[in-house]
Amino acid sequence: MSHTPAATVDDHRQGDRPDRGPHDHADTAAHGSRRGYLIGFVLSVVLTAIPFWLVMARPFGANATVLLVAAFAAVQIIVHMIYFLHMTTKSEGGWTMMALIFTAVLVVITLAGSLWVMVHMNSNMMPMPPADMATMDMG
Amino acid sequence: MSAAAPAAEADGPIRFYVEEEHPHPPGASTALGFWIYLMSDCLIFAALFATYGVLGGATAGGPAPRDLFDLPLVALNTGLLLFSSITYGFAMLAMDEGARGRTLAWLAATGLFGLGFLSVELYEFSHLIHEGAGPQRSAFLSSFFALVGTHGLHVTFGIIWLVTLMVQVGRYGLIDANRRRLLCLSMFWHFLDVVWIGVFTFVYLMGMLR
Repeated sequence: MSHTPAATVDDHRQGDRPDRGPHDHADTAAHGSRRGYLIGFVLSVVLTAIPFWLVMARPFGANATVLLVAAFAAVQIIVHMIYFLHMTTKSEGGWTMMALIFTAVLVVITLAGSLWVMVHMNSNMMPMPPADMATMDMG
Repeated sequence: MSAAAPAAEADGPIRFYVEEEHPHPPGASTALGFWIYLMSDCLIFAALFATYGVLGGATAGGPAPRDLFDLPLVALNTGLLLFSSITYGFAMLAMDEGARGRTLAWLAATGLFGLGFLSVELYEFSHLIHEGAGPQRSAFLSSFFALVGTHGLHVTFGIIWLVTLMVQVGRYGLIDANRRRLLCLSMFWHFLDVVWIGVFTFVYLMGMLR
């Protein structure tokens, strides 16, 4: 690969193509480095192993375990976003981040709203014992 | 109508300037467009997660999550998908270096891990259906198969796409169009791994705690 001195500050892929100017934004997305992928991988393994261990060995009560497992999932999602999807606030002029934030708001509304409404509806339903449900004719 | 129009006329003809005019080569906005597709896909999964969250306890007197789920199997699946994520990452690095052979090798490894994931998932599904815990048994199982099955379908199409791109790269090399396609598939593949974090956490791990 031929690195021209001018290209070293740029994405090294553009070192192959000296005709490309800084405004030519085809395929300028960062692809990360071997080190970045390995850091992400090791963090993901740890952040996966701990919640599995928490549920299989059960060192804590059910409520604490649920909260901890959810927290580990949230952290691992952020790790994947940074090290595998290479999200930054600057990629595509900030538009990927804007789309992500917008989607996150919709996801929270969908999840929290559905659960909130349906739990209330459920608690206002006529109770049916599980034994009746098991013998219910389901067509 | 407004005071602006006469004022503009007084200053002479109205001029429009196109700012930041520079050439947009084909595919310049593909990554952003594909990202927005992924976000819309994210909303599909949000709806399925919400459905599972609402119906996950509705076992209709049938088997509950803790009676059905096999956590070591889920851990194996999680590991397979995680390995496929890092092998895809290495494929992208090989692509950046312009090494066609290594790119293809890492893509093949990714595809094999993906196939392993799908095989384990299909084994789990057939096992559940054999036990009488098919999607028609209860609302919990309907929502479970809908959510996990939709993720599995995404992985299936990801593998088909991966094989297609391997043929493309094998035939035409690492041309710009193929680099762009590989970038899109990498986003798709890593996105599926992110969704799987939600699945193993909220469906399997929390299912065992319910």
